[in-house]
Amino acid sequence: MNRRKFLTILGSAGAASALGTAGAAKAAGGTHTWPYYENSYGVLHDTTRCIGCRRCEEGCNKANGLPRPDKPFDDLSALDERRRMTPTAWTVVNKYELDDKPVFRKLQCFHCNDPACASACFAKCFQKQPDGSVTYDGSQCVGCRYCMVACPFYVPSFEYNDAWDPLVQKCTFCEPRLKEGKLPGCVDACPMDALTFGRRSDLIKVARARIKANPGKYADYIYGEWDAGGTAWMVLAPSASAVADEKHPLAETGHEFKALGLDTHLGNRPMGELTAGALGAVPMIVAFWPVLFGGAYAISKRRDALHKAETEAVIKEARDDMANAMDAAVRKIAETQGPGVADTARQAMAEVLKTREEACANCGHHGEDK
Amino acid sequence: MAHGILIPAKDKLFNLGEFFTFTKGNILTAFILAGGLIITLVRFTQGIGSVANLSDVQPWGMWIGFDLLCGVALAAGGYFTTVACYVMGMKHFHSAVRPAVTTAFLGYAFVVVALLYDLGHWWRLPYMFFFPGTTSVLFEVGLCVATYLTVLFVEFSVAPCEWLAEKFPFLLKWRALVNRTTIILTIFGVTLSTLHQSSLGSLFLIAPGKLHPLWYSPFIPMFFFVSSMAAGGSMVIFEGMFAHKSVHHYMDATHLKEADEVVFSFSKAVSFILFAYFMIKLTDLLVQANTPYLCSGYGVLWLVEVLGFILLPAFLYAKGARERNLKICRFAAAATVLGIVLNRFNVCMIAYNYALPSAERYFPSIWEIWISCFVVTMIVTAYRFIVYHMPVLYEHPNFKDAH
Repeated sequence: MNRRKFLTILGSAGAASALGTAGAAKAAGGTHTWPYYENSYGVLHDTTRCIGCRRCEEGCNKANGLPRPDKPFDDLSALDERRRMTPTAWTVVNKYELDDKPVFRKLQCFHCNDPACASACFAKCFQKQPDGSVTYDGSQCVGCRYCMVACPFYVPSFEYNDAWDPLVQKCTFCEPRLKEGKLPGCVDACPMDALTFGRRSDLIKVARARIKANPGKYADYIYGEWDAGGTAWMVLAPSASAVADEKHPLAETGHEFKALGLDTHLGNRPMGELTAGALGAVPMIVAFWPVLFGGAYAISKRRDALHKAETEAVIKEARDDMANAMDAAVRKIAETQGPGVADTARQAMAEVLKTREEACANCGHHGEDK
Repeated sequence: MAHGILIPAKDKLFNLGEFFTFTKGNILTAFILAGGLIITLVRFTQGIGSVANLSDVQPWGMWIGFDLLCGVALAAGGYFTTVACYVMGMKHFHSAVRPAVTTAFLGYAFVVVALLYDLGHWWRLPYMFFFPGTTSVLFEVGLCVATYLTVLFVEFSVAPCEWLAEKFPFLLKWRALVNRTTIILTIFGVTLSTLHQSSLGSLFLIAPGKLHPLWYSPFIPMFFFVSSMAAGGSMVIFEGMFAHKSVHHYMDATHLKEADEVVFSFSKAVSFILFAYFMIKLTDLLVQANTPYLCSGYGVLWLVEVLGFILLPAFLYAKGARERNLKICRFAAAATVLGIVLNRFNVCMIAYNYALPSAERYFPSIWEIWISCFVVTMIVTAYRFIVYHMPVLYEHPNFKDAH
């Protein structure tokens, strides 16, 4: 085999891997069922009701026994900057502008139906619970932070400044409180009823009813119903005049949600499915590669063997020719000059041949390995 | 030996003198290592946040982008060379196998060392085997890297065996066993490499919203695998360039005789691979309708990567191999290696979080960069130790025929 063949094989290997990926993606899509937990809970965040009072932040802080922040919760100047969740603040409220009016949105874990973090974790720290919460068990966390890469909502935060037990921190849906029959801390604290707790399936009906009962008030979409495969926490946004231009009538679909800092391009399948195809190709490669490369090895071995046999045949032929010629020459010498001279000639020729062959064998041996 | 290579003898196993001469290289090495040790101490007693600029939106930075992604890609020379020599039967590459396996082994070993800096609970790394998250790409990467590191260790172990055989003769048995299983190890190695080289790209499949569309692609695993082949071949040439400068006196006649031929053959092969890589990158651009993005800053970056560091070295390699011009081939190798680094940086850092405001974007701290340099310096130092003691660039006189 020459180098070109070598490359051909590598090339076809690549194609095989791509085919494997495509096939496995289809198969993996079929194995999922939805919804996972029919009676799971969720929370509906109605941003048209939210006044940005930060009481939910305080409620979360108290319910989870987190350290008090530098700025007290009644200091609303905190809303002037765009904040995100930290290891000690599992929910924050941010101010956005929509039609030049302030709209407030609460950020926390969305508690996905099929969470990206759980799919990405290689030590099984995350779990989607039947009650709807996505929980994290730090006792087996390696601290690789792939969950943070995977989360489409940038939710998990990490205790970078802890040397000995740095963990991922995020909203727990107040799972211990749910078990006691209490509402999550933030929902309990909301004075505006902007957070509605309930079964996820009911919340979707509630949201639809609100949209229907108040024409023109809401954007006609429940964020989280389908996004990223569906989330337990969902968001309603006020309707706003679209700033679409004639050229891009569709470009501004969901602009209300975009204005609230929500990603409107996550698609309606769980994020984990995006890697299912690549992972599905793994057993295929494990099964096929040894055969492919074993075959290539067999071909190259066979080629070497053929080459060796051919060379040996050529050498034997040449040697036979030489011997025959020698014999003929010696016989001729014996006829014309007598047997004594013939013997001397035979000896001389044999010696020359031997030294030549030895020299040849040495140089031939050097290039050959194994 | 005829070439004056210093071969450690039974009663004098060590040859450390080279480390303790006052050369520029040794002083620089000592400087980087000393600084690295201090930063290491800070990192492991004060936490990652004390030395790194990582944040909640940028959980992976220099240590993953360079130490892990580039480290693994650039250590691909191991599988590339063993497959060429043993599977494809290109025996004239034989003298290139040991240096390639040695650097691959060191590369992977230090990828794991570097990873410990980045892991919050680094001592829990084996937990992935106790609580296997089988839906995670990272689990597959971890499993393959751990297994492949073992394979590389076994492949590499022949060299220390030959070094120590006179003193500890039982090592000969192990050496013989490894030699008998060469082909199995090679095929096992290429299978594992295919898996984890591509999976390093698959890691980002789960974050379509965060990685710029010019780099995010369902084919990213294939890009990572194909580019790792180019990286592997190029690294053999690239490393050879430095080895010829600094450890030339440890190379035997066979190595020197075959070295140029290895460069030209690998150049030809990598040229083809780079052309293929360019074609799939281009196809991806077209089928995903990403061409409008080319008219942006990221588009320029993409063009620089694809034209300057894939297509250009592909042409240079072809020219260099055709004209048998060592300089051009080496320049192409350097460009390819740089291009792989640029690609991994783009995926992991530069085009990652592209939609975030610049104030929230990441730039590595000087200490993160120092640790990366520290790791590279440790690899170079370990490589030098191995070359000074073990038959890597020369054949051991006691094992002349065994090769």
